[in-house]
Amino acid sequence: MKQINEIKCTFLSLSQNEGLARSIVSGFLLPLDPDVEELADLRCAVSEAVTNCIVHAYRNGVGKISLTLRAYENRTFKMIVADKGCGIADVKEARKPMFTTLPDEDRCGMGFSIMESFSDKLDVKSKVGKGTRITLTKKLSSADDT
Amino acid sequence: MENLIISYKDEVLTAKLLSEIDHHSAVNVREKIDSELYKQLPRTLIFDLSEVNFMDSSGLGLVLGRYSKAKEIGAEVNIKNPSKRTEKIFHMAGTDKLIKIIHDKEIKNETNK
Repeated sequence: MKQINEIKCTFLSLSQNEGLARSIVSGFLLPLDPDVEELADLRCAVSEAVTNCIVHAYRNGVGKISLTLRAYENRTFKMIVADKGCGIADVKEARKPMFTTLPDEDRCGMGFSIMESFSDKLDVKSKVGKGTRITLTKKLSSADDT
Repeated sequence: MENLIISYKDEVLTAKLLSEIDHHSAVNVREKIDSELYKQLPRTLIFDLSEVNFMDSSGLGLVLGRYSKAKEIGAEVNIKNPSKRTEKIFHMAGTDKLIKIIHDKEIKNETNK
């Protein structure tokens, strides 16, 4: 699969950067002429991933979030969001709908479920004390598809 | 930027959310809605989402969190005029069983005073 574009950036885990991450995803995807719904889905997915880093991974402070976006020739899009935060003890549990460790802070436990439903594949790798890396893959529909 | 217009009339507290509702903006509007909720003790709390162009699970958490507070004071919660996308996210979490979604474009001007 030939790669046609890539960007990589790092930003601090500040909540104002959630909007920034969405803008970066929009800016990266727009030249690929994505379907409006797909673009909205992926903006939402990156928002969930970055919010997880801010709210959970770097719960007790501020750390760095790295965002990598890749586009391939066959319209496959990959998004990698990585942090060096607290890590997830039980990834399987964390991915369950409505599971949250922070119900008192209005976290509804739908982040992973939303990312899953808005992508073709979601891979979550995590080590307690080391950090978490999520890789989301989505094949964009072609402009000719109806 | 202000993401919330809150108004109270005839025992209905309307929280009109604007623009983008994510974790960043939800934190700011949460306290304002809660303080009005406890001050006015309305019969109904309406989240007017007609001007929301982005919402993620933080918006869902915001509405669900207010839902449990409203339940404590015996108020019901409605969601008004969500976009198709936003409605999809509510459906995903199954909140439509707890919170009624209404589409009523005619009442739209009432909150603009």
